[in-house]
Amino acid sequence: MSVLDIQNVTKQFGLVKAVDSFSLTVADGELVCLLGPSGSGKSTLLRMVGGFESPTGGVITIDGEDVTRVPPERRPTGMVFQSHALWTHMNVFRNIAFGLKLRRLPADEIKRKVDAVLELVGLGGYGTRQVTQLSGGQQQRVALARSLVLEPKILLLDEPFASLDQHLRERLREEVRDIQQRLGITTLFVTHGQDEALALADRIVVMRDGATEQIGAPDTVYREPETPFVAGFIGTMNLVEGTIGGGTFRHAGLAVPAPAPDGPATLAVRPEALDIRPAAGAGMAFIHRVTDYGTHALVDIELPDGLRLKAMVPEARDWKSGQAVDITPRAYALYRDNSVIHRSAEKND
Amino acid sequence: MMGTAVAARRRIDWTGLFFAVVLTLAIIFPLVVVGTWAFANVWRYPAVVPQELGLRYWYATLARADVWTSITMSLSLSVMVTLISCVICLPAAYAFARMEFPARNLLFFSFLAGQAFPKFGLLVAIAGIFLGLNLIGSFWGVVLIQLVGTLLYMIWIPVAAFQSVDRRMEEAARDVGASPLRVFWSITLPQAGPTIAAAVLLSFVGTFYETEGAWLIGAPAIRTMPVLMISFINNQPVIQYGAVLSVLLWLPSFFAILFARRVVNSGSFARGFGG
Repeated sequence: MSVLDIQNVTKQFGLVKAVDSFSLTVADGELVCLLGPSGSGKSTLLRMVGGFESPTGGVITIDGEDVTRVPPERRPTGMVFQSHALWTHMNVFRNIAFGLKLRRLPADEIKRKVDAVLELVGLGGYGTRQVTQLSGGQQQRVALARSLVLEPKILLLDEPFASLDQHLRERLREEVRDIQQRLGITTLFVTHGQDEALALADRIVVMRDGATEQIGAPDTVYREPETPFVAGFIGTMNLVEGTIGGGTFRHAGLAVPAPAPDGPATLAVRPEALDIRPAAGAGMAFIHRVTDYGTHALVDIELPDGLRLKAMVPEARDWKSGQAVDITPRAYALYRDNSVIHRSAEKND
Repeated sequence: MMGTAVAARRRIDWTGLFFAVVLTLAIIFPLVVVGTWAFANVWRYPAVVPQELGLRYWYATLARADVWTSITMSLSLSVMVTLISCVICLPAAYAFARMEFPARNLLFFSFLAGQAFPKFGLLVAIAGIFLGLNLIGSFWGVVLIQLVGTLLYMIWIPVAAFQSVDRRMEEAARDVGASPLRVFWSITLPQAGPTIAAAVLLSFVGTFYETEGAWLIGAPAIRTMPVLMISFINNQPVIQYGAVLSVLLWLPSFFAILFARRVVNSGSFARGFGG
């Protein structure tokens, strides 16, 4: 049972608040992703949990024990760094065994544990290799093994796949998820990759300017973003500024039902929820470009005022540049003052 | 295409060749001349090569008590100065590299000051102070003066070495349970090791060859090998004595270079600290 509890944690660097009254509880065995753009405070928060930064205010507890002022070497956490941070003057075995030696375990037990964790991360027999001889993916596995071998209560992953290529990143994140679930280890994972967060997390915390923008299951965060920022940050989203009047949102010929008080609003609609059809008459918009991705195509549509929207279609060949089209948002949300004022009955899927 | 490539490979790099010849003449030729003198029993004008080669002057030089005293003195001074310099400068370099404190930059650049002024003037001023402290002609007086000469290498080079160590490596070590001191010993020092080893070697060799300070502060009681060599060259009509001593003086730097190659290339320095 390992529960991480972060309560009202704040970190101030001079006049800048990197993290602002942040609270989160990570349940036993849960994998939570901190997701946000650069400078949103997610890495600072992770470093505070790891003990590498001291909070300006607030409390961090692990299994009820206050670790806010405990130095990193005495915390039950294990951190995997973005740059791997392997010790290049040691081979793979010695990198992993270093923490065990510090705990003065017998040599045969150290060997048994290192061999086991190397097998776990798929690097059995690599103990004698120099870390500089390994590929980026292998180095990241060694970094993971180095943390896992100490059986930490909380595993902290700081953008561990950022330096890897797309293919390797996808493979490694699946492996990390498998290992995490097999060991049932409570994990806090920092990333700015939304696909990574959606694929890995039990819950996602979207951060902005050091504060929480939304916390929820990946599905909820994707389909029901609570703020325009989350809507725009997770996946591709068309955001249209317009006005609600008489129960209808309007913008340059685009009109959708909006049972909400009159006033300015932001319409959010995903490309897959924006239906397009060939214009019956003059057409309300024109196709600017069609991009074929093989499995689907993205159509850039230009509204009369120059605003461009994206619509996802199954076939590129059905559409061509300059073609007049009519558009209808099928599933959408309307935002005002940074919160949802209306969500259509049909959800994004 | 292939013909062009072959022609390009065969083209002679005249500029490179010119510099190679100039450097050879400037560096190798004087060494060859001194080396030849050291093994020349007889070499009289106008002969281009010695009339007789042998070890006569080696026996004569090594039979002198003052030569052995100076060798022992030079080695003792170099080892002592290098050790003290390590003890003082390495923690200071770490502090300069990793810590913020008032007047940090001013202090850091002050280590350049010793090199920014004419050295002899500085030595004379220090000699005046040492006279009052009764350090003139003493071993520790020379140690102190030679220590000043090592500060630049032993602060600036290790500072760069410590700064280049990835902080994440140190954090990773703390993360697995290492105390700050253990992190320094097992991670920081081995990572910065090869560069620091170069600074230590420079310090040792620089101290071994240091002349002005040893002469001004140490004379007459303290005679290092370079001081003795100067005295041989000035006072001995026989060139071979000075030449033999010159060859002897090459040995420390020769072995230092061999040692440096072995230590830095093999990674044994890093492994030596365990982990």
